[in-house]
Amino acid sequence: MRNVNVELITESVKKLCMDANYYLGEDVVEAIEHAVGKEESPLGREILKQILENAEIAKSEQMPLCQDTGLAAIFVELGQEVHIEGGRFEDAIQEGVRQGYAEGYLRKSIVEDPLRRKNTGDNTPAVISTRVVSGDKVKITILPKGGGSENMSAIRMLKPSDGEEGVKSFVVETVRKAGGNPCPPIIVGVGIGGSFDKCAYLAKKALLRQVGSAHPDPYYAEMEKELLERVNNTGVGPQGLGGRITALAVHIEAHPCHIASLPAAVNTQCHSARHKEIVI
Amino acid sequence: MNMETKHLETPLSASEVEKLHAGDNVTLTGYIYTGRDAAHKKMVDLLQKGENLPFDPKGQIIYFVGPTPAKPGQVIGSAGPTTSGRMNKYSPHMIAAGLKGMIGKGEMGPEVAEALQRHKGVYFVATGGAAALIAKRITESEVVAYEELGPEAVRRLKVVEFPMIVAQDCHGGNIYVEGVEKYKR
Ligand code: SF4
Repeated sequence: MRNVNVELITESVKKLCMDANYYLGEDVVEAIEHAVGKEESPLGREILKQILENAEIAKSEQMPLCQDTGLAAIFVELGQEVHIEGGRFEDAIQEGVRQGYAEGYLRKSIVEDPLRRKNTGDNTPAVISTRVVSGDKVKITILPKGGGSENMSAIRMLKPSDGEEGVKSFVVETVRKAGGNPCPPIIVGVGIGGSFDKCAYLAKKALLRQVGSAHPDPYYAEMEKELLERVNNTGVGPQGLGGRITALAVHIEAHPCHIASLPAAVNTQCHSARHKEIVI
Repeated sequence: MNMETKHLETPLSASEVEKLHAGDNVTLTGYIYTGRDAAHKKMVDLLQKGENLPFDPKGQIIYFVGPTPAKPGQVIGSAGPTTSGRMNKYSPHMIAAGLKGMIGKGEMGPEVAEALQRHKGVYFVATGGAAALIAKRITESEVVAYEELGPEAVRRLKVVEFPMIVAQDCHGGNIYVEGVEKYKR
């Protein structure tokens, strides 16, 4: 057993919230730099350059990359040898979000009820997904998710007979319909299989991968490549104003499913693809 | 192709609006106003009751934005555009009241396109997510109404060389349609 105090959890989450919102990951920066060379639309190239300049400014001034500093989606891998002491684990995470969004001058974008819509004022609650794993470490990943790109996501319960092509056309259609709304260039997270809820979770989890990293299974790696090409052939382009680069990457996560089901989900992630992790 | 940049100043006149075409690269200097869904709802309620808006909309431009809180010493926090489609049902009323333009991101609906043509208005887009870069082009910020709405309050901003693209013009031009058509395969 290893003891981990909740104060350490709160401190870590607070820092993650700020860092994720100020510093665009190297993987995303590289993918956009690469895209500038491939974009044929002059307006599109101009937009991509603005995005890179924006990342520079945000970093040097320690200010948020985007004004929508998002809902804090938090993924935890909790080692089963860890004993959390000093308070409740989830409370410690929420407190970290509260402090990070206040001290980091991040926008508070959460309403306490979906229909009555009063702002909670501190960007809590975060959405926390915890998995118990082996070992004595705690891995926390934050993905501040903006509303604009989240709103363009979709899930569909396909029939097994719809097969591979059914999934692919659903992905391409979702991106085409989203147009400029999710702030392209986007990263397309695709979940295939599992259940209704698991599939949506997989699509979001796919966004945590390093941008452009290939799926370990060559079958899915090939599908990612093909989907990226098809998505970019829609012509949606940077900000939806037309161009070659609609997406920087397509990431697929698959999971076993029921003999009668073929769930598919698409979670759209804007170019402000902020994710940071820490291992305690 | 080298892109020419047009430099605009507020307030905008109908004849200036007529010279703008979807796909034009422009910068804007002068005063603009901010507003998102909550403020628009209040303002359109006022118009429908025949009352005055918190500012005179004639020739003015509204920027759809909800910035992050300013750090000490900053004029404004990060301030990129929000999705404009949520203002589809409000903007035609604002345009009819004299508003000349909006700045946001994403395509606006047919009801807005129609109002732009009828009243000579223009819809610009700024780069979504370029919020720190855009904040650097804002030199003054003052809340003029609905302070209680926090980031959604109506502000008057002074902008200098604010970078934008004409997305939907008063001639029916729409870069979301034309641009995508040009690059799709
Ligand atoms: S979609 Fe992303 S980049 Fe665009 S406004 Fe929302 S958080 Fe910012």
